Amino acid sequence: MTFIKIDKKDWEKGLERASQRYGLFGPVRQEQYCVFKALTAGELPDMAVQNTRLSPRSVVYPQSEKMFAFSLDENQTDHHILKEIDKAYPARAVVGLRPCDARAFLLVRPNFDTPEYKDPYWVRSYESTTFVGHACSGPCSTCFCTSAGCGPFHEHGLDVLLADTEEGYLAKVLTEKGEAFMAAAGWETEADAAPDDRMAAMKAAAESKVTAKVSTDRLKEQDTTDLFEAPFWEDVGFSCINCGTCTYVCPTCWCFDIQDETRGLSGIRMRNWDSCMYSLFTLHGSGHNPRNTKTQRVRQRFMHKLKYYVDRYQNGIQCVGCGRCIQFCPVNIDIRRVCDLMNRFEVS
Amino acid sequence: MLSYIDKIKEISRRLLSESKVELVIGFRKGSVVMMNEPCFVRRPEDVGQLVWDGNCGINLANYLTDRKEKIGVIAKGCDSRNIVTHIIENKIRRDQVVIIGVPCQGMIDRRKVQALAESEIRQAIETEDSLRIKGDGFEKTLDKKEMLQQNCAICIHRNPVIYDELAADEVPEQSGVDRYEDVRRIEAMSADAKWDFFEDLLSTCIRCYACRNACPLCYCPTCFVDESQPQWVGKSQDPVDIRTFHFLRAYHCAGRCTDCGACERACPMGIKVRVLTKKLEKDCLELFDWEAGMTPDKRPPLDTYQANDPDEFIK
Repeated sequence: MTFIKIDKKDWEKGLERASQRYGLFGPVRQEQYCVFKALTAGELPDMAVQNTRLSPRSVVYPQSEKMFAFSLDENQTDHHILKEIDKAYPARAVVGLRPCDARAFLLVRPNFDTPEYKDPYWVRSYESTTFVGHACSGPCSTCFCTSAGCGPFHEHGLDVLLADTEEGYLAKVLTEKGEAFMAAAGWETEADAAPDDRMAAMKAAAESKVTAKVSTDRLKEQDTTDLFEAPFWEDVGFSCINCGTCTYVCPTCWCFDIQDETRGLSGIRMRNWDSCMYSLFTLHGSGHNPRNTKTQRVRQRFMHKLKYYVDRYQNGIQCVGCGRCIQFCPVNIDIRRVCDLMNRFEVS
Repeated sequence: MLSYIDKIKEISRRLLSESKVELVIGFRKGSVVMMNEPCFVRRPEDVGQLVWDGNCGINLANYLTDRKEKIGVIAKGCDSRNIVTHIIENKIRRDQVVIIGVPCQGMIDRRKVQALAESEIRQAIETEDSLRIKGDGFEKTLDKKEMLQQNCAICIHRNPVIYDELAADEVPEQSGVDRYEDVRRIEAMSADAKWDFFEDLLSTCIRCYACRNACPLCYCPTCFVDESQPQWVGKSQDPVDIRTFHFLRAYHCAGRCTDCGACERACPMGIKVRVLTKKLEKDCLELFDWEAGMTPDKRPPLDTYQANDPDEFIK
């Protein structure tokens, strides 16, 4: 494992050099909040931001993505035939994402990338991207990453981990992709003075600042049907207005809907993020809706993240503890409270 | 306003123990700074969890829609006007609700407060007229009046217009308020400038529909954006579809919107969607001398016809 020292004065220059090989993405301030977007020439990622409002999931998996084009013109020989829209996947790098957001891609991956099925859009996009993470030294009050299988210096899913130092950054290069990025940026000065000890100390200090915790130890052993029928769902779901905020700000939500749109005689097939909070999500063609009430939909979201995922993927909960759903829920539904209710539930 | 809570609890306890209602809908303390969560209480011994402070901005009329039980509900001025609208539109019966009126002095805009803080606010302590905020390396006291949601700052109906119980003496209504300064500014723009303004206004929308779902008026069994046969609106991030949603939603609220601010408060992206509904509110006031939700005894302008309705716009 290599540790590289990046001096403040080399930061901008390095990113500029890297931008010749990579399309760069990073957190950028928009009025009161930050989002991830493609950086324009000379634009720097805002490394002061704690958490972006929307996660970087859209960098790999856009909210709306065109997949196929077709023609309805019957004079054309290939009318009504779906044709894949050519998309290029040049090398890209996300600079300044938090470790929780990087781990989120790993939690999402089993949905898009299995030995049997590969979602060509997600997989190509993910594989062409290098993740240069930024360790958290000051977590938000809503962060609970350390008890969600993650942490402020977590490395899984990252190619490089940057930690703030007085001189600039201490970079831990984690993968070959990471090495290639560092070389492209021209950051090559090896850090001296026991960098792994320094990083370990920073890590321990950061972890101690994450005071919010959830307990997840009993989720796996809980009986699915008992949890499903637990009496607390009416109380949990009462305030929910069934908007899609929690699912759209979440880095680990992956559901989408496929739509055809036509204009004149030409059309496209696209996919758009969907949300289990919407009644349309489960509406059958017959008119029947198996999740017709808001309580059922709220239960689905939490059961999926905290029970079904746990049972199916042996990968912990489908949550990295970024706290966005807690911060932005218009009615203050708190996944930490629900997780604890589910974890400690006992059939009476 | 903070002292209302004792009376709110007392009334709620009485209504529940005398079986006048099956549940009381109110607020419990939130888990995030400057947030409370709507909740229901079914047993008199549980009324202790109810809270009242400047973080009760969510419109509770939204939680009454189509409920069948007998319900006690805590209502600020705007909530009470939406309850009136619900009664007019048959979403709840008058004899089904016991309205616990709360004279309101405005709700805190937590995003406005956060914008004034050096880092994340970890604690907020509210008094009658001040708000003390603390976080890593800072602590400051703000004038609560300056920190109100914009719709509260320009509110002219702070007292409930309909109620069965009152949690406190009525508060004086604000006078001399200019409610439509922002609307007039947009009205004065050229068509092109208006287009740019709306494009910019809605550019960050993620179509989570929090604005729609927080609104007590938006109770259609199937919203027009969710219709599939025919499908009126596309579902992508195409700005045309996003604009269609917002403009049509605003029109559906014409003559019904009480400017409770639930939509803006709910928006995770901080979009000022109220400029759309306020324009329609202004039109209803100027054309029909109408303010929504003031009395259950009068039909709203958009579902009545009168021979002397203004028609200058038909030329």
